[in-house]
Amino acid sequence: MAIVVQRPKLTLAERCYLPALAKGLRITLAHAVRILRRKKKVTMQYPEERWDSEMPEHYRGAPALVTDEHGRERCVSCQLCEFICPPRAITIVPEEIPAEDRWAKVEKRPKEFEIDMIRCIYCGMCEEVCPEQAIFLRKDYAITGTSREEMVHDKEKLYEIGGVREGLVNKWNELK
Amino acid sequence: MELTDLIISAAKIGGLIFAVILPMVAYSVWAERRVSAIIQDRVGPNRVGVPFTKIGLAGLGQPIADGIKFLLKEDFTPGHVNKFYYWLAPALTMVPALLTCAVLPFGSELFGEKMVIADLSVGPLFIFAIASLSVYGIVLAGWASNSKYPFLGGVRSSSQMISYEIALGLSLVPVLLIFGELNLGAIVREQSENGWLLLPLWGEGAIWNGGVDRLLLLFPALIAFVVFTTSIFAETNRLPFDLPECETELVAGYHTEYSSMKFALFFLGEYAAMIIGSGLIVTLFFGGWSLPFGWDAMLMGDATEVPWWLGLIHIGTFFAKVTGFILFFIWVRWTLPRFRYDQLMKLGWIVFFELALLNVFITAGILILTRSN
Ligand code: SF4
Ligand code: SF4
Repeated sequence: MAIVVQRPKLTLAERCYLPALAKGLRITLAHAVRILRRKKKVTMQYPEERWDSEMPEHYRGAPALVTDEHGRERCVSCQLCEFICPPRAITIVPEEIPAEDRWAKVEKRPKEFEIDMIRCIYCGMCEEVCPEQAIFLRKDYAITGTSREEMVHDKEKLYEIGGVREGLVNKWNELK
Repeated sequence: MELTDLIISAAKIGGLIFAVILPMVAYSVWAERRVSAIIQDRVGPNRVGVPFTKIGLAGLGQPIADGIKFLLKEDFTPGHVNKFYYWLAPALTMVPALLTCAVLPFGSELFGEKMVIADLSVGPLFIFAIASLSVYGIVLAGWASNSKYPFLGGVRSSSQMISYEIALGLSLVPVLLIFGELNLGAIVREQSENGWLLLPLWGEGAIWNGGVDRLLLLFPALIAFVVFTTSIFAETNRLPFDLPECETELVAGYHTEYSSMKFALFFLGEYAAMIIGSGLIVTLFFGGWSLPFGWDAMLMGDATEVPWWLGLIHIGTFFAKVTGFILFFIWVRWTLPRFRYDQLMKLGWIVFFELALLNVFITAGILILTRSN
């Protein structure tokens, strides 16, 4: 059965449209004036103004490797992060730690550790899965480069971003 | 025609079109972007300034960068188009817009030269004749593109033009009746002496100087103004009447298949038409280049020729008024939503056509009553 939808009855002022037009113009003008008098600010002038200071603790930026208080790489090359990484951004080439090394009993370390930042989706899975708390998502977000090669972070770069983390870190941070 | 006349005409054409109108077109695009931004609580293009420096100039370099970008982009011609008309169409939208400014008086006199390129005695008629050509650009673009969205845009454009051109022409008849004159320069001079059409507060137009007729005529003049301005909106294909373009329904309407500078010509043609439209509104209803309150006569004193500084002031006044109107156009664009197609046709045929026709009779009646002695 057809339903007859009642059209609203418009008053004469509404039908001749001009009052509504004036109202609309007033609203847009009010917005323009508010912006011009700097009463309201919406946009951030990005490269000069940044949000860094307000960045929340759980922000997920570029993943990076860390060393511990002895300067040892925490990563033991278990490759769990490589397997879990959804877009397969991580490539690890493991190597054995030579017997004369101070940390020989750790047995394994990464020879090469690369994260392709074009592929990385900043999901944080690598951080979550890592048994050694060796990989963390930092607050760096402006990852840029002029070529694809430049966008692949190698081990050196990853340690540079990551720096040192001492002691046990609460990796099961609820927010992450 | 003597050589000096030719040189003077060429100088006027060069000065007006290339030094004023075209930069104005470019900068009204910038103004559009900045004004839309502040209306929508944004910032807009505020970076591009002098290249290779940190001088920002509030983004005033943007139009130049845009122009270079348009020139450098790939000019792609799809295989399925009708090449000849496809190439012709963008030019046909830009050229009429620029042609019409030939009859607009953009200043009084400078060194004894009238500041109008062609002092025709049929100014408004010339403008209508040329301006309606620009619809061919859109229709041809729609047709030649050989694809359905541009086609629909072209069809819409032609039917929109037909419904608005009538109201546009008719709404001007009362104005011409009031002035009894078709020369735009003479119309402006009359307004300079006896009050603008919508502001008759000095000279013979003022009520205390016996200008009762002008006060009565304010009412039809106001109707003519509303109808004419709205029709100009439709004529320039700007929101709320941008149905030929209408990106929510027709992708980009008639210029869907265009790229690079050809697209830019459509885009800039719209702005050029807007500037000329504003110029026409200003000339007819707001006294063109004249200063308000009879200051022209005051500044002139008893000089017979307009001094050069006053001539410059007049030119400045004209473009200041035009700029004001362009800002109004932009303001309206970012306020109103697009009309539905049947609403647009209804407005054109049922409201504006009748209103304009009625207005002619009202004006004639008032004129008979007040000026018949
Ligand atoms: S954050 Fe996610 S996508 Fe990026 S490297 Fe870690 S697991 Fe891979
Ligand atoms: S970063 Fe962690 S998960 Fe990845 S290989 Fe090293 S120890 Fe294993």
